[in-house]
Amino acid sequence: MRTAFIEALTQAAEKDHRIMLLVGDLGFGVVTDFAKKFPRQFVNVGVAEQNMAGIATGLALSGKIVFTYSIANFPILRCLEQLRNDVCYHKANVTSVSVGAGFSYGALGMTHHGTEDIAIMRSLPYMTTIAPGDPIETRAATAEAAKGIGPVFLRLGRAGEPIVHGGDVQWELGKAIRVREGKDVTLISTGAMLKTAVDAGLALSKKGLSAQILSMHTIKPIDETAILSAAQSTGIILTIEEHSHIGGLGGAVAEILCEKSSRKVCFKRIALPSEFTKHVGDQDYLRGIYGLTVDGIVGNTLKLMKRERKEERGKTGLAPQLDFPDLRGKQKHQGAKND
Amino acid sequence: MAQEHSKILKLAQKIRIHATRMIHTAKSSHLGSNLSMAEIMAVLYGKFLHISPDEPSAADRDRLILSKGHAAAGYYAVLAECGFFPIEWLDSFYVNGARLAGHATRGTPGIEVSSGALGHGLPMAAGMALAGKRDRLSYRVFAVLSDGECDEGSTWEAAMFSAHHALDNLVAIVDYNKIQALGHTKNIVDLEPFADKWRAFGWSVREIDGHDIEEILSALKEVPFETDRPTCIIAHTIKGKGVSFMEDDVLWHYRNPQGEEYEEAMRELGAHL
Repeated sequence: MRTAFIEALTQAAEKDHRIMLLVGDLGFGVVTDFAKKFPRQFVNVGVAEQNMAGIATGLALSGKIVFTYSIANFPILRCLEQLRNDVCYHKANVTSVSVGAGFSYGALGMTHHGTEDIAIMRSLPYMTTIAPGDPIETRAATAEAAKGIGPVFLRLGRAGEPIVHGGDVQWELGKAIRVREGKDVTLISTGAMLKTAVDAGLALSKKGLSAQILSMHTIKPIDETAILSAAQSTGIILTIEEHSHIGGLGGAVAEILCEKSSRKVCFKRIALPSEFTKHVGDQDYLRGIYGLTVDGIVGNTLKLMKRERKEERGKTGLAPQLDFPDLRGKQKHQGAKND
Repeated sequence: MAQEHSKILKLAQKIRIHATRMIHTAKSSHLGSNLSMAEIMAVLYGKFLHISPDEPSAADRDRLILSKGHAAAGYYAVLAECGFFPIEWLDSFYVNGARLAGHATRGTPGIEVSSGALGHGLPMAAGMALAGKRDRLSYRVFAVLSDGECDEGSTWEAAMFSAHHALDNLVAIVDYNKIQALGHTKNIVDLEPFADKWRAFGWSVREIDGHDIEEILSALKEVPFETDRPTCIIAHTIKGKGVSFMEDDVLWHYRNPQGEEYEEAMRELGAHL
């Protein structure tokens, strides 16, 4: 994703000299060519993220379209008040790019895990929150932010994520992409969980179930229409995110379902518990522990469908029913209980 | 010249009178911080800044960021006195449904950025100065800082950055009244040797009497003191300056004058109640 990002930004910066890239002394090998090509549009501000956000605001208020770039929590949580007061309050054209979403930097440990960022960033006024599903979506999201659309949080994986969308895809800010049609269940994924969600859809089809897959790349503003239409058409929704179960994609979808769905919905968040992992391992390993896998999604889907059928037979209630079960995978581990 | 000085002195006194009245009426805080910066703001807006109320967004205007956004009353007062908005607006400070919030807020004519959380001003000012350099524009950027916010790491991050990027179009003016929220700076986190710190960070520094119009003006006229270096003017001031019983007393970081205190303060400031 970071390669797609820097390529798209390079293209945009060639055409629009207002575009600037600020890095917090990270991006070795990623930003080198950009810096060489556009020395007047690049600044390494050093290891000083608060200053980076403030400088980005000053530049934006002077007519620039600014991207700040660093890893996981550094460009967002370290300078959260600067993003709130400086960037967001002034509706400054600043995109905070965070590379290493979720467990991308798994083995590096909890400081490098971006697992609460969606919840925190989407709560900031005016902060458009985007977690592209693959490199193709990353390219489109970068081009969109480069237009200067106010404050943006661009949450990226790292390098080597598979391309999910074949060929050109219609990417529009705030509009979910239907990657697969289906009538039995809807899987809504954000960020780089998209490939796993798509694979889970294939696995479900082998079991005779037809799963609709939505890539919810924009979490704010969220695509209410897509969520409500999924509620209507399938009645069973699972959200999939490499993020805490508090306030992320699942939270955003639940907010819409609770307030606006006219149909009873069986709902489940496949996400991380609110705890710091005590496990050491790479991204795939950690995803496995927390059930962010094809098997985890398929298992949870089947369980949810079984419950839904039981409830249908029992004809319980008409109000939308939300279900927040234990989201951990089969491998039980020691750790704090969910909040 | 003498006439000009008297005009600036009058403006400084008007800032004090407005701020005292506004804080009295609103029953708000930070009067001491307003009183200490009155001459600095009067010289900047009354004489020095290249900025016009008729065109407050002109591309080549000088930019000023009041990083010590808690001194908003005095900031609003100088903007109103210089024609950025009607004087009557000052009566709406802190009032429900009105225009002027308790901390400096963008959207008020003449205000570049909202401030109120400390340590935000110098980084934003540095960004504006960098944009000026990159775009080869001649405007200058002024950030008025409190001494207390020099406890913030972000202030020093910006200080290092600005020197590295040779931002000689950037001027930091520290209102060094030596009292922060809970007491004297020397007893909380001592800033001294303050000027040497800025020098060590690569800035060109001058210390002045922040209540002396002539010293403020002559320092500003010589900015930048050195090519390719940002400028720091450490303005030695007295918190609560102009009202004898408020001077150098941390109480007036918070207390608002009522009753006899208010009357006495206004009398000392030469205001007609």
